[in-house]
Amino acid sequence: MTEQPLTGPFPFSAIVGQDEMKLAMILTAIDPGIGGVLVFGDRGTGKSTAVRGLAALLPPIRAVAGCPVNSAAEADVPDWAHVHDHSVVEKPTPVIDLPLGATEDRVVGALDIEKALSHGEKAFEPGLLARANRGYLYIDEVNLLEDHLVDLLLDVAQSGQNVVEREGLSIRHPARFVLVGSGNPEEGELRPQLLDRFGLSVEVQSPRDIDVRVDVIRRRDAYDRDQSAFLADWHDDDMALRARIVTARAALARVDAEDAILRDCAELCVALGSDGLRGELTLLRAARALAAFEDAPSVTRAHLRTVAPSALRHRLRRDPLDEAGSTTRVTRTVEEVLA
Amino acid sequence: MSDAPQAEERWQRANLALACFALDPAALGGIWLRARVGPVRDRFLKGFDLAVRGKSVSRLHPDIGDDALFGGIDLAATLGGGTVTRTAGLLDRPGVLILPMAERAKPRLAARLARALDDRKGLSLLALDEGAGPEERIPESLADRLAIHLDLGDVPLSDAPELQLDTDALVEARRVLPHVTVPDTTISDLAQVAFRLGITSLRAPLQALALARASAALTGETEVDESDLLTAVELVLAPRATQMPEAPAEEEPPEPEPPQDDDTPQDSDENSETEDDTPHIPAEMMLEAARAMLPPDLLARMEAGRAARNAASASGTGAAKKGNRRGRPLPSRAGRLGSDTRVDLVATLRAAAPWQPLRRQTTGQNDRLHIRMSDVRVRQYEERSDRAIIFVVDASGSAALARLAEAKGAIELLLSEAYARRDHVALVAFRGDGADILLPPTRSLVQTKRRLGQLPGGGGTPLASGLKAALELAGLAQGKGMTPSIALLTDGRANVDLSGVANRARAAEDSRLMARAIRARGLSGLVIDTGLRPTRGLDELARDMGVPYLPLPRADARSVSSAVDAALDVA
Repeated sequence: MTEQPLTGPFPFSAIVGQDEMKLAMILTAIDPGIGGVLVFGDRGTGKSTAVRGLAALLPPIRAVAGCPVNSAAEADVPDWAHVHDHSVVEKPTPVIDLPLGATEDRVVGALDIEKALSHGEKAFEPGLLARANRGYLYIDEVNLLEDHLVDLLLDVAQSGQNVVEREGLSIRHPARFVLVGSGNPEEGELRPQLLDRFGLSVEVQSPRDIDVRVDVIRRRDAYDRDQSAFLADWHDDDMALRARIVTARAALARVDAEDAILRDCAELCVALGSDGLRGELTLLRAARALAAFEDAPSVTRAHLRTVAPSALRHRLRRDPLDEAGSTTRVTRTVEEVLA
Repeated sequence: MSDAPQAEERWQRANLALACFALDPAALGGIWLRARVGPVRDRFLKGFDLAVRGKSVSRLHPDIGDDALFGGIDLAATLGGGTVTRTAGLLDRPGVLILPMAERAKPRLAARLARALDDRKGLSLLALDEGAGPEERIPESLADRLAIHLDLGDVPLSDAPELQLDTDALVEARRVLPHVTVPDTTISDLAQVAFRLGITSLRAPLQALALARASAALTGETEVDESDLLTAVELVLAPRATQMPEAPAEEEPPEPEPPQDDDTPQDSDENSETEDDTPHIPAEMMLEAARAMLPPDLLARMEAGRAARNAASASGTGAAKKGNRRGRPLPSRAGRLGSDTRVDLVATLRAAAPWQPLRRQTTGQNDRLHIRMSDVRVRQYEERSDRAIIFVVDASGSAALARLAEAKGAIELLLSEAYARRDHVALVAFRGDGADILLPPTRSLVQTKRRLGQLPGGGGTPLASGLKAALELAGLAQGKGMTPSIALLTDGRANVDLSGVANRARAAEDSRLMARAIRARGLSGLVIDTGLRPTRGLDELARDMGVPYLPLPRADARSVSSAVDAALDVA
């Protein structure tokens, strides 16, 4: 990590505007327990750019060198892995891309065909879920993903464990990851069950302001023309942001949330009629992460106000008549409840 | 004909576009060519072959599988050699892809290609769109990635001479390209033009910028000048316009009509372009040029726009196909193993059986089954989604009881046919202060008859509630992989609003909103006017729903049934 990268994804801090999306991603980096981000919006608004940029922003994790599931300690390395190198090293936080064409085999892992054919040995070849353990799993165009894969991902994301029972293999390994999905709602909706599993959801729009648009184009052009100079320019900003995330992680446990705030959360969710308790929990967690990020000693109503739309908008029952959309409904209710 | 010079110009532009593409294919992403198969397209493709000479060119087809795109395990070689052999995917290596019949590409293929193009690994794409109507076009996600949009639809062959590509100039231009600079105002100008043309995607101005650079390099310049920008606007921005740019400042009168007869403004543009040497006018000038270039069907497209797009996406994969029942199994056939196929083991063994003695002899191995690639049989399903017709029946007092009986009769008739056609029928009735889902999608004749028989009449007309219930039902049906259509039978005098309060104005407004919501979902259907005389406003409602309107003043059960059948089959 000492060498300055000469090529890499577009730097996260160089993304113009889209503050809500960036904040949502930062919050999950501070507290992975918030549980994933869903980014829905127009084409060409930097959805995937942000996720790819996020990878460079995340602080490294310490993991056993050869471990396919990035175990933190030697004892956690699964038996089937046959790891020889047990030294604990620093690895970048994994951000794994789940390509649309991925087969179930590649996602969950499967029989290692090479070994099976050449040595007649039954070995497990870990899949993307294994590699994403302790990191991020990114699905672009999540709304176009095959149904059976979606079900599978939901199940794993929920349990934190990947269980493989196939081709005579019986294997389980930890698979805790933050699910980041992006997509364009015009190409298909997501099932409510899947929506609910994402902690935060963000709607991105193409910026309406000419100056902002010009800025976006200018930076992207600069990046395309001279990647390494552009990356060097933004390296410090990215590192500063990373430092803030690290500090916020440490501060997270110390952030207070008074009873009044808990009450506010509950009232908000009741007023919005969001199903289940997941909404309240996520709202609180996100607000706490935000407080930690802003170096505040306790969660305030201002924090709630900021994160409420992302934490709640995808948990409302859809009302086909409400043309304003769920964002406005959440903001309106927030104003009423927290007045 | 006023068309002639325009067509010729369009052909020249195609030539220029090709040269730019040849120069910098990766940055431009590709070309979206809209033209039917014919000699003009062939000429263009001939030119295209010249432009991409020396690059690896592969042809895709709209139903191409993931194995071919991303590569996979080569089973024949793997089984034969005993070691894993992988095939390379088309998307893994830099090159030029050609996608014929691009208008038939499914969203899933579009998404895969779009992503490959975004990765900037030197891939570029020529999408050959043979769409006939404005709604039949390539998926938006793909169009967004392809910088150059060309429409050679009505260029006559006489105006399309062989395309010229000066290879020496290209070599020189390639050398110049990295050094082409862009004046400071250019980016903001392009951003402004794009914005005022209603282009929301930020990729478009970036692509326009790349094209302007390529155009400058082609002329040997090291700085992008006005003519390059105009080229970029013509090739990249104007074809994407979704709105007429509002009139710039004062004297310019707004042009509400799409430029059908745009020879004059175009000419004056060119004049102003050559005469005007003041350094800073581009934004307005480019808009002017763009206006002249706007596709003639822009207004029609804007009208059709959203509904068509939604309908298209609804008929594709994604949400619409979720949980689709896999249909009836068909006989299995010889096929390749792939990620999305299922092997029919029994059939495979059966196919391998006769060969066993022979194979044992030739290999000398007697202790195992010999199965070759050619034995593999793949299971096939007839995969089609079931239709679900949702009847929304007006059971209010105004719809006279006789009409209600006719509606009931029609549904029964359709249902009896449904068994043969594998359609599902659902029934929503509205009366009094709300709507009831009398029957979720079903094929059960008995059940429907019973429910229909019990359907009471009388009370107000809560049309909006009926539509809302239908919309919810349609969503449910879609979730189960069916293709829902809505058939509304009413005399159309809505007088109860969504909350169940009698209020004529609010009721009408609510039903209109619901109708638009239905249209936004891209559902097909029809509105049957069961009033004794055609009802005013009901045809408007049908338009809001984006479905045909059918006044049936003297309909009996059989004519309703055949009308529904005809309307929905066409849809």
